[in-house]
Amino acid sequence: MNQTINKYSKQIIIVNSIFILFWLTISIFPFIWTLWGSFKVKADFFSRADWTYALSGFNTLIETGATTTIKAYLESWTEGEFGRATMNTMIVTVSVVSISLFLGTLGAYALSRSTFKYTFYILIIALVFRAMPHITLVSGYLFPFFQLNIWGILPTTIIVLVAINQPFTLWLLYSFFKTVPKELDESALIDGCSYFQAFRYIIMPVMWPGVVTAGLFSMMLAYNDFTVTALLLNQHNYTMVPKINAYLGTVEYGGNYMWAVSSVVSATAPLFMIIWFFQKQLISGLTAGAVKG
Amino acid sequence: MPHRTFIWFILPTALAMILFIGLPIVSSFFQSLHIENEQVLMEVENCDPFGCTTNVRVDVEATEKIEAENPLGRFNGFGTYTDRNHLAFDEIREAWDNKTSIGEFKDIVLNLPFYKALLFTLTFCFAVTPPVIVLGFIVALSVNTLAKNLKGLIVFGTILPMIVTPLIGSLVLFWMIDSQGIIGASIQILFDDPNLSLKASSNLTWITLIIYGIWHNTPFAFVVFYAALQTVPQDPLEAAYIDGATRFERVRFIVIPHLYPVATFIMLICLMDNFRVFEPIIGFSAEGVAQSLSWMIYQDLRNENKMLFGSAGATSMLTILGIAFLLTPVLIRTWKEFKTER
Repeated sequence: MNQTINKYSKQIIIVNSIFILFWLTISIFPFIWTLWGSFKVKADFFSRADWTYALSGFNTLIETGATTTIKAYLESWTEGEFGRATMNTMIVTVSVVSISLFLGTLGAYALSRSTFKYTFYILIIALVFRAMPHITLVSGYLFPFFQLNIWGILPTTIIVLVAINQPFTLWLLYSFFKTVPKELDESALIDGCSYFQAFRYIIMPVMWPGVVTAGLFSMMLAYNDFTVTALLLNQHNYTMVPKINAYLGTVEYGGNYMWAVSSVVSATAPLFMIIWFFQKQLISGLTAGAVKG
Repeated sequence: MPHRTFIWFILPTALAMILFIGLPIVSSFFQSLHIENEQVLMEVENCDPFGCTTNVRVDVEATEKIEAENPLGRFNGFGTYTDRNHLAFDEIREAWDNKTSIGEFKDIVLNLPFYKALLFTLTFCFAVTPPVIVLGFIVALSVNTLAKNLKGLIVFGTILPMIVTPLIGSLVLFWMIDSQGIIGASIQILFDDPNLSLKASSNLTWITLIIYGIWHNTPFAFVVFYAALQTVPQDPLEAAYIDGATRFERVRFIVIPHLYPVATFIMLICLMDNFRVFEPIIGFSAEGVAQSLSWMIYQDLRNENKMLFGSAGATSMLTILGIAFLLTPVLIRTWKEFKTER
């Protein structure tokens, strides 16, 4: 029976394939185009005369002697200090993910195991906090941070990102912890474990899928953030995304477009690779909770 | 779990949230009640062989002294909320009194910074969300019919626009639609108009931003719909098939009703996320013609001479008010879910 229902006529298969190809072109082509263009010079990628220059590398050949060049990469990583920005992003991302998961698993475990009514209110408050636009929070940070003289440095940004990330992590992990049967830790408690021991030795080992998913979302938030990093870090400590923005407009870098193009590739490539490996977790995370990161 | 254990478990995360989400909102509110200190002016007499002139200059020392005593600025009450850059009550009243037609009044109001930003933010929200839901649903249906071994790859390709940060996503598109980029140049050739540029007119820029919004948000709708499609019950589908329903009818009368709750969920999340639209405006360099509420805050904080904490705080509070409005249905939904769980 199932076979007959799910058998598709030829027309449907053809129309469907065309649509999927069309959709994939829209979603992937911009990235492929940017990757391709990053190996050209500006006169080709933004060609005044003829956009096909970007394909043939007409000006690239004139300027550098070959149809492809890694000049933009070399310059942005050396002169543009993109290496430093990459380092900062790595520090921020790793710290945010580990601290977020540590705080989040503890909190979410408690929320999922407590039967008192206040857990509900805590979750509702977390939901409200999650909806706050990041820029409104940043406008609240700046003044106190200037007064306390902790503006511009990485640790402040890390803590802020961890906090901003907590509501979502809590909700996500809460819905994962709910799926772990209570009997598991209850039996451990009867055997004389403390709550923390039950959490650490009984629950955490079976929670890895959930933890990986939550970690993935924390990573995406920290890695992709622009609002917080652009306003809370000084130029020297910029992570990758604000750095790319700095290449475009500021006097210091003279609107060096090709640096930005090559940096966009440098910044997105690792992200895409990670997502390729953790695609399943990403999708389960997006559909698990009632919230989105 | 006893209260005491619960507190120890929840304390670190609660502390982080209270300190860095709760307090900043309060701090923002306090800032919004204050306004920058006035600069102290002094008269300086300059004498040269041709006579004496008096100039008004900023007394740097005195100004700095006031700054140091009162870093937050002077108290202004709700003054910042009603000034020209925010709710602009005076300007609106004046425009209403002097209006010759409703159209003129509307023009004046929508040219005030706050209302201009609000108009764009709302237009963006409500123009992006419906196409995202429809397109996400179609893509999900379409991917769902594919062979299993193809799905993984195609799902990965589909979710790429959502993974990159809005700034990078918009830059990547912006470089293509630039009048010297591949799409921009092709459009010029297509319409045979060398001056045609998507950046040139405000309408085209808005449309570009909205198209970007759809591009960025559709993957999310797709993922949620795709997961929901796996839960559609098979029995009614079979029954409908036996009764002679066509494929379209089965989708229309069985699949879509099953996905209604999911669609409302996507709609609410989409509206909330798009209400804070900000990065695409920077990515597309569209500041000139499209300002959003979040962008206004960013601009106040980026002010070259002095950060306008008061102004940024007031806009933040008004933005939060808007978010609260959009959030209410989500909260009611969550509340109901919890009630049924218990």
